[in-house]
Amino acid sequence: MNVAAWLARNSRLLIVLIAIAAVLALFGTSVPIWGGCTAALDRCADVVAIGVFQGMIVALVALGYTLVYGILQLINFANGSVFMLGSVAALLGVEIFGLTSDSPAASVILAFAVILPVTMAITAGLNAGIERVAYRPLRRAPTLATLISAIGMDFILQNVGQIIIGPSPVSLPSLLPNDVILAEPVVIKVSHLFVTGITLPLLLGLMWFVRTTRQGKAMRATAQDREAAGLMGIDVNRTISLTFLLAGALAGGAGVIVALYNGSAWWQYGFSYGLLAFTAAVFGGIGNLLGAAVGGIFLGILISLNAFYVDPRWQEVVVFGILVLVLIFRPTGLFAEKQSERA
Amino acid sequence: MTAISSTAGGPTARFRGMLADRDGQLRIVLVLIVATIVYGAFYNDLRQGALRPLFEALPMPSVNVLIVMFYYAILALGLNIVVGFAGLLDLGYVAFYVFGAYTTAFLASPLHGISIPWWFVVIAAVGVAALAGVLLGAPTLRLRGDYLAIVTLGFGEIMPVLARNLDNIDLSAFGGPKDFNLTGGNIGVNPIDAPVLPIPGPWGDELVFSNRNPVAALYLILALMLLVFAICVRLRDSRLGRAWMAIREDETAAASMGIDTVSTKLLAFGLGASFSGFTGAFFGAYSTAIFPESFNFAVSISILIMIILGGMGSLRGVVLGAFVIRYVNDALLPYLGGFVDEPVRAVGAALPEIPILKDRIEAFTLTSYNYLLYGVILAVMMIKRPEGLLPVAARKAELHGEGVATEATFGTSGEVAQAATDFEAAEGHLATPESRPDGTDGTDGTDRGDRA
Repeated sequence: MNVAAWLARNSRLLIVLIAIAAVLALFGTSVPIWGGCTAALDRCADVVAIGVFQGMIVALVALGYTLVYGILQLINFANGSVFMLGSVAALLGVEIFGLTSDSPAASVILAFAVILPVTMAITAGLNAGIERVAYRPLRRAPTLATLISAIGMDFILQNVGQIIIGPSPVSLPSLLPNDVILAEPVVIKVSHLFVTGITLPLLLGLMWFVRTTRQGKAMRATAQDREAAGLMGIDVNRTISLTFLLAGALAGGAGVIVALYNGSAWWQYGFSYGLLAFTAAVFGGIGNLLGAAVGGIFLGILISLNAFYVDPRWQEVVVFGILVLVLIFRPTGLFAEKQSERA
Repeated sequence: MTAISSTAGGPTARFRGMLADRDGQLRIVLVLIVATIVYGAFYNDLRQGALRPLFEALPMPSVNVLIVMFYYAILALGLNIVVGFAGLLDLGYVAFYVFGAYTTAFLASPLHGISIPWWFVVIAAVGVAALAGVLLGAPTLRLRGDYLAIVTLGFGEIMPVLARNLDNIDLSAFGGPKDFNLTGGNIGVNPIDAPVLPIPGPWGDELVFSNRNPVAALYLILALMLLVFAICVRLRDSRLGRAWMAIREDETAAASMGIDTVSTKLLAFGLGASFSGFTGAFFGAYSTAIFPESFNFAVSISILIMIILGGMGSLRGVVLGAFVIRYVNDALLPYLGGFVDEPVRAVGAALPEIPILKDRIEAFTLTSYNYLLYGVILAVMMIKRPEGLLPVAARKAELHGEGVATEATFGTSGEVAQAATDFEAAEGHLATPESRPDGTDGTDGTDRGDRA
């Protein structure tokens, strides 16, 4: 008992020691972490740029976590799987339209003008349906009951993805041209523009929606105090459904982008991207929209640096290391949470 | 739960108290022991002999499936200490399983050229896993429930990654080799020494407890499971067990009653982890090989499902949950697949060319739908029967109404069970949301009224 109590009292010291040991271990496994970056400084900017684009996708998924957490204090475990089903839908869309890597640019653009909104509508409906079926009956139950129900939903959706496209990753034809638009100061390709062109409007659109519209105001009010919001005449159930619709649409959009950008879909993407995005949301202060976006981009840069200078094999360790450290030392996130920003 | 508290009667009375049959539990245990011993001893004879048609017609578990059922029961009992008794949601329980299995691999395999008998290795494995549990718990147990769940999940994800990646550590800075292979990497560790007793018999010069001699391994794991079950019963009825449950119910109230919540929770974490390490040591030695792929998130969740299915905090329920889940997964689904797979594939082959869908139906295998089943069980249990199949009376009462919960605090378990039954009879159908005594209908009654 005494040892246990001592350990508990000095837990922060222990964490610091463990962190130092982990860093040493990492140095042991792959030496050129810092040295490599200075030696290949010209590549450094490119690596960061790639990270920013990746991070935008992560930010879209992270917004889904943060929106739902803000309003229900629930980690919507199924969000990552909804995202994964978005990329599955993109894959199916490509099959249905019969797109190949030789398809003319115009037909690809036209096809995706259909695929993207349809996918977003499907995933939005799916996410709201999950809330109806699995979370709403548990709204008065302990938080952990809803969390377990969410894990159950996540498993179901993962299996659905696995049923649709099979257990191994499926490649898409490379539809995005590989042309370099800009070589200096950083390399920017058409695919990067595509990512930005879809992600940025979605991110800004969501911010605008939550901050300025009447419905957004209702969401913020419900997030602050559900009962009081109800007393003020806000239809709480509808507002919550709307939140899940928005989160699902963002996740689906991100799924389509990832399927195109990475050129593949896989049922396990839901778990890996989901945890990345959740970490981003926690990093930015869960419930904080801008924080989730910034956190997503930060994590994107970080995993890109890790993949280039250390080893992509360590990505999970790096991401979870950050998640654990942030949760222990600053559970409110790196940006102090402002009530007015919450959704 | 009263038998043990009487210490006045001396050791014999205490022993008799320990054996006191609470709600027929001992009878169930005895039946389980006898049935397992008989089934294990005669499995091959029965299968090949008189009962062959029965074995071919019904999904009878093989001895190896029984072993898996038993060691998952230990895992479930261990996780039950953390989740069921202390109320801490641990989604990365597999991490400690990794510690146990790899400790065994380090100390009893050609990987590092160490070969210590399993009976000593298992002690080290338990110790390492318990230490890991305390080290993880110390900084994280202050976190809120859902954050703790995520941190443990992360830890459970990191451990297999470490096992996979720590196969070429550069130790040249410390005067060691440049590519030190600590964990065997992706290919895992193979072989691992099996537990051996130097008893000659019909089985040879020594008795080996591994998958080469599954019946012996079955008896070993049965004994281990009974040991763990007994430890869990004693823990539940101990001062520590009551402290855990007090924390689960209301941490603030427990603290104000003088319970040191931090060390009590740490003990739950450490003890739960040690059971996992224990099972990991058995798993490594029994299967004589381990791979990083065997330790993923799905393992942690499947153990959680066992607890939720059986009833959080209920020892019988947890064991039942483990048996059911493993049996369905390892015996029933493959059996049903034998009937379903071929016809479904035939339908797929007859279908016209539909992209992706046709291929998928043609490759249909029922066993790959186990995640779907897990997910449905989790969600449905949470919504329809959160107390599990074999609930503890007090927990059932507390989940279904405050009037009974008050009695649960003061009455003995028998009285509470009776009260719960009466209550159930009075209310007709407890599980439906409409009958919740606090007047809510499960969908947030206040919100509905506010539409105007």
